[in-house]
Amino acid sequence: MSDPDKLHDVTFAINGKQARLAVEPRRLLVHAIREDLGLTGTHVGCDTSQCGACTVEIDGQAVKSCTVLTVMADGTSITTIEGLTPSGAALHPIQAAFHEHHALQCGFCTSGMVMSVRQLLRDHPAPSEDDIRHGIAGNICRCTGYHNIVRAVQSAAGKERQP
Amino acid sequence: MNDISATRYIGQSLKRREDHRLLTGKGRYVDDIKLPGLLHMAILRSPHAHADIKRVDLSAARAAPGVRLALSGKDLDGKLGPIVPNWIIPGTKVPFRAVVAIDRARFVGECVALVVAETLAQAYDAVGQIDVDYETLPAVTDEVAAIADGAPQLHDNVPSNITTVYKVRGGDYAKAAVEADEIIKLRIVNNRLIPTCMETRSVIAAPEADDTFTVYMPSQVPHMHRRWIAETVGIPEHRLRIVAPDIGGGFGAKMHLYPEELLCPYVARELGVPVKWWESRSESHQSTSHGRAHTEDLEIAIKHDGTILGLKVSTLGNVGAYLSNMASGGPTVNTVNFGTGTYKIANYEALSRVVVTNTVPVDAYRGYGRPEGAYIAERAIDAVARHLKLDQVEIRRKNFIQRADFPYRPYGSMGVIYDSGDYQSLMEKALAAFDYDGRRKECETLRRDGVYRGIGVATYTHMCGMAPSRRLAASGFDRGGWESARVAIDSSGRATIYSGSMSQGHGHVTSLSQIAADVLQIPIENIDVIQGDTRQVQAGHGTFNSRSMAVGGSSLHVCSQRIVDKARKIAAGMLEVDEKDVAYSGGLFIVPGTDIAPLSFARVARMAYVGHKLPDGLTPGLDETLFYDPTGMSAPSGVHLAYVEVDAETGQVRIIDYVAVDDVGTLINPLLAAGQIHGGVVQGIAQAMYEEVSYDPDNGQLLTGSLLDYAVPRAEHVPNITSLFQETPSPTNPIGVKGIGESGSIAAPPCMVHAVLDALAPFGITHLDMPLTPPRIWAAVQAAQTGASR
Repeated sequence: MSDPDKLHDVTFAINGKQARLAVEPRRLLVHAIREDLGLTGTHVGCDTSQCGACTVEIDGQAVKSCTVLTVMADGTSITTIEGLTPSGAALHPIQAAFHEHHALQCGFCTSGMVMSVRQLLRDHPAPSEDDIRHGIAGNICRCTGYHNIVRAVQSAAGKERQP
Repeated sequence: MNDISATRYIGQSLKRREDHRLLTGKGRYVDDIKLPGLLHMAILRSPHAHADIKRVDLSAARAAPGVRLALSGKDLDGKLGPIVPNWIIPGTKVPFRAVVAIDRARFVGECVALVVAETLAQAYDAVGQIDVDYETLPAVTDEVAAIADGAPQLHDNVPSNITTVYKVRGGDYAKAAVEADEIIKLRIVNNRLIPTCMETRSVIAAPEADDTFTVYMPSQVPHMHRRWIAETVGIPEHRLRIVAPDIGGGFGAKMHLYPEELLCPYVARELGVPVKWWESRSESHQSTSHGRAHTEDLEIAIKHDGTILGLKVSTLGNVGAYLSNMASGGPTVNTVNFGTGTYKIANYEALSRVVVTNTVPVDAYRGYGRPEGAYIAERAIDAVARHLKLDQVEIRRKNFIQRADFPYRPYGSMGVIYDSGDYQSLMEKALAAFDYDGRRKECETLRRDGVYRGIGVATYTHMCGMAPSRRLAASGFDRGGWESARVAIDSSGRATIYSGSMSQGHGHVTSLSQIAADVLQIPIENIDVIQGDTRQVQAGHGTFNSRSMAVGGSSLHVCSQRIVDKARKIAAGMLEVDEKDVAYSGGLFIVPGTDIAPLSFARVARMAYVGHKLPDGLTPGLDETLFYDPTGMSAPSGVHLAYVEVDAETGQVRIIDYVAVDDVGTLINPLLAAGQIHGGVVQGIAQAMYEEVSYDPDNGQLLTGSLLDYAVPRAEHVPNITSLFQETPSPTNPIGVKGIGESGSIAAPPCMVHAVLDALAPFGITHLDMPLTPPRIWAAVQAAQTGASR
C-alpha cells in the first residue's frame, strides 16, 4: 500500500494556465481546485456525487470533480466556471441565457449546471426538451424548479453552435 | 392605503442585478472564505437513536495528528447553552437541550463530541478515534407510536412525549355534526422532508484583534442569530458580528439555532484562532432540521349538496427529539389555524399536539404549517367531492369565501384574518389557462382506452409577514414583527440601502432596488443594497414567512419617502419657496406654476452634505433609518391545477402540465415572482411525488441518510410550470404586496395528490398518502383490483 501521507506532484492546465501541486493521494480534485488553487466558483453540494455542483471539464468532457482524485488529473487540461469568462470577457452565451431567463436564484448549483449544459450542447446541438431535461439530470437545482434553466438552454442552443 | 402612483420600476421584469457574480463563479459563500490560521471542527454524532452515554474517551483523538482540542458534552456542561426555542406556545413543556449531549443521546446525528484540528481531514480522522460507551434504549420515531401507552419516554418533564396542546374552536362543530347528512373521516399523513438547500450549513468563527468576534454563516436571520449566539455562548452582543454572505438556499432551514453555530464561536474563543465547521451533505441529513412530519385525523360534516357544515381536526406534529427554534408553533398556530383554507366553514374544531420522538428536530421549511394547513382543507374538500361524486371545481366554488367577504375571519377566528382576495376570479383564470373543460373530456375519452389521466385542483390562502410585534408576543414569540431599512444618500445623490431582510437567492438586490428607485426617482443603477452584515446593517429580523417584500419592502418604501420628504425641505430652502409649493417629479424638485428652474435630486443631496443653505432647524445629511412595524399581515392566495397520467401497470406517474395562478398582490418583479412559484411548486411536487424521510421504526436509524436515498427531483422528474398572476393589492401595507415564496410549496402537494387520485378514480381509490411513488400506487391499484375481483 502506498503511504497515505506521501505527497504526490501533479501538473495540469487549468483555465489555460499551468498548475503544479503536491497533494495527498486522497485529495479530491474539487478540493484541489477550490482550496489549493482558490477557484471557488466550483462548489461542493453533496458527498455522494449526486448534485453536480462541482462539475468541471477535464479534457473537454464534463466531469463531477468530486469523483476524481487530484492525482488522476495529472497531465490533463481542466476548465472551470472561471475559465468561461477570462478577465473582462463578456458572458459566455450559456451564462448570458441564464441571466436573460432568470435561470438561477441562489447561484450555488449554477457553475456546475452551466458546465453540464456546455456538455449537453456539444452532444445535442439542437436538443429537444427531453434531451435538455435528461442532459442536466446529473445536476440538482433546488431553487428554480428547472423551468427557467430549460428555457435558458433552449435559448442558448441556437447561439452555442456559432464559434 | 396603497401609494405607488409614480411607478416606474415596480412591475417590471428586470433581469437580476446579482446574476453576473453568481454566473461567473464569483459568488462568495461561507465555504469560500479563507482566513489565515483557520482550524477545522468536526463533530462526532450519535449512531444511536436513543442511548445513555456512559463514557466518552477522547484520549486517542487528543493524541491524533494535528488535533488542537477535543471536547465531550460533559466538558461543555454549564459552559454554554442550553439551546432554547424562540417561539414557545403558551403552556409548552420545553425539554432541556444541551449543545452537546451530556449523558443521553436522543436522535441519530445528535452531537456527542467534537474535535478541532489543523485540517478537516485530520479532524475527521480524529473523530474516528473517539471511543464512546453507549447503552442503547428503546427508541420511537413515529408521532402516533410516541403518544401510545408504554412508548419510550424522551424527557422527564414531557410526559407522554407531548410538549404542547393547542386548541382552536369556532362555531359549534358538535352541532354541525348533528345537523350533517353525513360525516366523512380521513387520516392524512404529511410526510417528513429534508429542506435540502444546495449549500449545506457552514460556520466560521473568528476572534478579532479588537476583542470582537466575527461569525460567518449562511443565516436567513443575521440579527436574530447575533442575539441568540451572543446569549447562548456568552459574548456581548455588540461585540459579535454576523456576516451572512451569499447563501445557497435557505427555505427555512437556515433560520434556526444549531449546536455548530454555538460550538464554533466557543472553541474559537477558547483557542484564540478562527475555527470553521462545514456540514457534509450526509451530515446535513441528520443535523439540519427536517420539515412537516404530521399525522392528521379529519372529520368533515357535510350536506349532500356539497355544503361543508363543519370540520374537526386532530393533529400530531412530530418535532423530533427537542424543540427546535419555532417547533412548538408549526403544528399548532401555523397549521390548524389555517385548516379551513379558502372555504367558509363556520364550525371548526382543532386539537394539535406537539410530539417529541427520537428523530432529527423538525422546524420551519418553506411554508411551515401552512402547507400542512392547506393540505387539511384541500384533502377534506376533495374527499367530499369524491364521495358525493361532485365536480372538484364546483364544490370549491360553492364553499369559497366570496370577494365581498374580505377582510375575512375564518370560523370567527380572533387571530386569523385574510385581508383580501378573489378566489372565483383566480379559479376562472386557472381553468381557462388549463383548458379544464377540454381536458376533462380528454380524461373521459382516454379512460375508455385504459389510459388513466387525472386533473388535480388545489386552492390556498395563508398569512405572511407576521406582525405586528405585540401580536407575536401573544403567541409566545421572543421576537418582533418589524423590519428595518436605512436609506443613505451620498453627496452625489446615489443611494445605499441597508435592509434587515436577507436574500438567499430571492434577488433582493433587484427587487428592493425597484422599490426604492420608484420612491427616490433615481436610476436603479444608482442604488446599492447591503444585507447580511450586522456591523453594516443597523437591525433586522431577516427573511422567512414570505415577509421580505411585504415587511422589508414596505420598510424601505416608507424610509425612502422620508428621504424625499427631507430632500423636499432642503429643496424648498434652496429655491426660497415654501415647502408645500415644492413637488417632486421625474427626479426633479419643481415649483409648479412658476418659472423657477428645477433642482435635481443630486444637487439637493449635495446641499444636504455641505449644509450651506439648510432651512432653520433642519439637520445636515440625507440618511434615514426606519423600524417599520406593520399593522397587519397579507394573505396571498392561489388556484393550482395539475394534469397527470398514471401507468396502472407500473404505478409510474407522468406529470403532463401544471398551471399556477397566484394572487400575491402587487408584483414587484413578475420575472422573479414566477421564479419563486416555479421553485416552490417543484418543492411541493417533490413532497407529493418523491421525497420522504424514512426511519427504521425498530431502532430509529435514519434510512434516507444521503442524497442517494432521499429523492430530490431532477429536471426529468418535473414538468414545465405555467405561472400566472392576479393582482389584488393587500390593504395592509403601502405597496400592496403580499408574500410569494411559500405559495408553490403550499399548493402543489394537494394539487398533485388530487390529480393522481382523479386518475385512479376508476379503481375506486379515494386516498393515498404522499409521496405517491410507483410502488405505493402500484400496490393500491393491485389491492383495488384484487378487492374488485373478490
